[in-house]
Amino acid sequence: MRRTRLLQYEGFTSFLSSLMAIVAGLLVGLIILLISNSEDAFPAFLTILKGGFVDGSRGLAQVIYFAIPIIMTGLSVGFAFKTGLFNIGTPGQFTLGAFVAIYIGIKWTFVPPEIHWLVALLGAMVAGAVWGSGPGILKAFFNVNEVITSIMMNYIGMYLVNMSIVKTVYDSLKNQTKPVLKSAVLPKAGMDKLFNTSNVSIGIFIVILAVIVIYIILQKTTFGYELKACGSNKDASKYAGINEKRSIVLSMVIAGALSGLGGGLLYLSGSGKYIHVLDVLAPEGFSGISVSLLGMSHPIGIFLAGLFIAHLEVGGFNIQLYNFVPEVIDMIIAVIIYCGAFALLFKQIISKFIIHDTDEDIGKSVQAADIPASYESSVVNAETEEKTEQREDKK
Amino acid sequence: MSTVYFLAQQTMYFAIPLLIVALGGMFSERSGIVNIALEGIMVVGAFFGIGFIHIFQDSMSGQSLLLLAVLVSALTGAIFSLFHAFASINLKANQVISGTALNMFAPAFAIYTARMIQGVQQVQFMDTFYIRSVPILGDIPILGPIMFKNAYITTYIGLLIALIAWFIINHTRFGLRLRACGEHPQAADSVGINVYHIRYAGVIISGILAGIGGLTFVVPTSTNFNATVAGYGFLALAVLIFGQWRTKKIFVAAFFFGIMKTFASAYSGIPFLKGLPISNEVYKMIPYIATLIVLTFSSKKSQAPRAEGIPYDKGSR
Repeated sequence: MRRTRLLQYEGFTSFLSSLMAIVAGLLVGLIILLISNSEDAFPAFLTILKGGFVDGSRGLAQVIYFAIPIIMTGLSVGFAFKTGLFNIGTPGQFTLGAFVAIYIGIKWTFVPPEIHWLVALLGAMVAGAVWGSGPGILKAFFNVNEVITSIMMNYIGMYLVNMSIVKTVYDSLKNQTKPVLKSAVLPKAGMDKLFNTSNVSIGIFIVILAVIVIYIILQKTTFGYELKACGSNKDASKYAGINEKRSIVLSMVIAGALSGLGGGLLYLSGSGKYIHVLDVLAPEGFSGISVSLLGMSHPIGIFLAGLFIAHLEVGGFNIQLYNFVPEVIDMIIAVIIYCGAFALLFKQIISKFIIHDTDEDIGKSVQAADIPASYESSVVNAETEEKTEQREDKK
Repeated sequence: MSTVYFLAQQTMYFAIPLLIVALGGMFSERSGIVNIALEGIMVVGAFFGIGFIHIFQDSMSGQSLLLLAVLVSALTGAIFSLFHAFASINLKANQVISGTALNMFAPAFAIYTARMIQGVQQVQFMDTFYIRSVPILGDIPILGPIMFKNAYITTYIGLLIALIAWFIINHTRFGLRLRACGEHPQAADSVGINVYHIRYAGVIISGILAGIGGLTFVVPTSTNFNATVAGYGFLALAVLIFGQWRTKKIFVAAFFFGIMKTFASAYSGIPFLKGLPISNEVYKMIPYIATLIVLTFSSKKSQAPRAEGIPYDKGSR
């Protein structure tokens, strides 16, 4: 019975199916490595598994550095998912946030140096929020599909940022932004000494704070409940007296602010990262979709998923030692996300086991033989599917 | 007048891939499956198509090689799309999941394979497919220079596909069944249509067309394939929604966007626009802003397939 209870616990089955997906992804990665070069495949595979756990604390610092932007864009996508919107506009919101943070970090010299970085981060959030509000307003008041407007806003944002960089904070020799002032770089708070590298700052604590805030908004407040209700059923929420237009706009504003903050955190980290003036959408934005899917749109899941993907990416960087191409990591992550699609199937199988178990306990007295076997199994199927569907709806 | 001809010819390069891929998306979505994997399928189709050209360009050239490459792209696109079909039809998963996975896998696969085989990620090819002027047809006044000069055979393939797609979806039994599965799969099932088979067909057609679209995008605009189709899959998704999931409107939307995009990239060739003190980037933004504005005033009544994105489950009510 005890085993049954553990399996009935929903979080546990989700965790198990995620674990299976990860194993499947890694296996595919191993096979790809074996096909391309069987001699070095195993050492390279071990390097991927080790990921950030090499090079002492510096490896960990690298993982955190990679994880910060993708956790933020992941939160952005996940938050919108929870409220029934697909925010594919993270690249635009991220870039806008990054640019405004850099702009404030260079031009706003009148701000007291102690809070310069904070002002720059707030600016990044506002920029992201404004960019996110566009699709939100168009969706709420003009019924325009948010996917298409987000895609359009991505490109508009990219060109706008490129234009603004050239006009304001341009380093024409390197075709990129100028470095920000020292006062605008995120404080290290001793983290650099702890990790023995300059890549780390208090950024990760801001990310943790954002995760907690989003968790509280979604799980513990009326406001979050209203947003989720609108995501599940717009008409029912309207009937219940929720202002569904306001909810849609606010969801996109918050999602945009999260992405914008991610952009600010990355480009103010003082790691020598600059925006290059290229016609390419920010890849950190699209990574957010993967992180959010892997983390099942749950804030804590997203946090762990971001760290995990960053861990693999560090490993992918290191396998270049064996002459492997780091893109194998993207393939592994793609397979892991794809196997997330099997979660439903996996849960059904587990549920069948549970019902089978309980049948043995109770079924003896019910005389299960009276019910045709096919009917029984179809009822069981319908029940489990209904449950999972409800879960899908909640998402 | 030569400027007009030049712009018309350029528009074809931008609009035709969008048209083909958006029509592919239409088949998938009207059967009820959202396909955001169009971008990834385009990359795979282009990779294998261009790879095929790269390998066989020493022994073959010209239109026959390109036509074979189109078949290769179509086939690989179809195979790749099966992954999306399996996850969203059989596993009843959220259709964004497998779409995202495919989008992520495709460019990584293209870069990895290219670099592992030849060291660099660009796959080079020789452009032996350019048609300076189609015999006879190219000499027709006005229409000749617009349609049949400085062209690629893929342009005509694209227009043919649009015509066939329009016919299939509106005037055949299969088209009717496909639409039924996207609007009300339970009703379709109740009259004996196998919803799963129809949806598989929809997704596979979208894979075929997206694969061809990938090749069609790369061939006229470049001489190498660098594991990207520059977001055209996502733009095609936008064109599909912009075109309200209807063949004719998709055709208009693709050409609207293509014309805007042509102005953005070719404005320096137009003497009147070149003199204006407007930044290059502003021109590049115009197609996207114009689409946003048009959408804002045309989307009040969305005609999205009603069962789109909802996994079909026989047991549900």
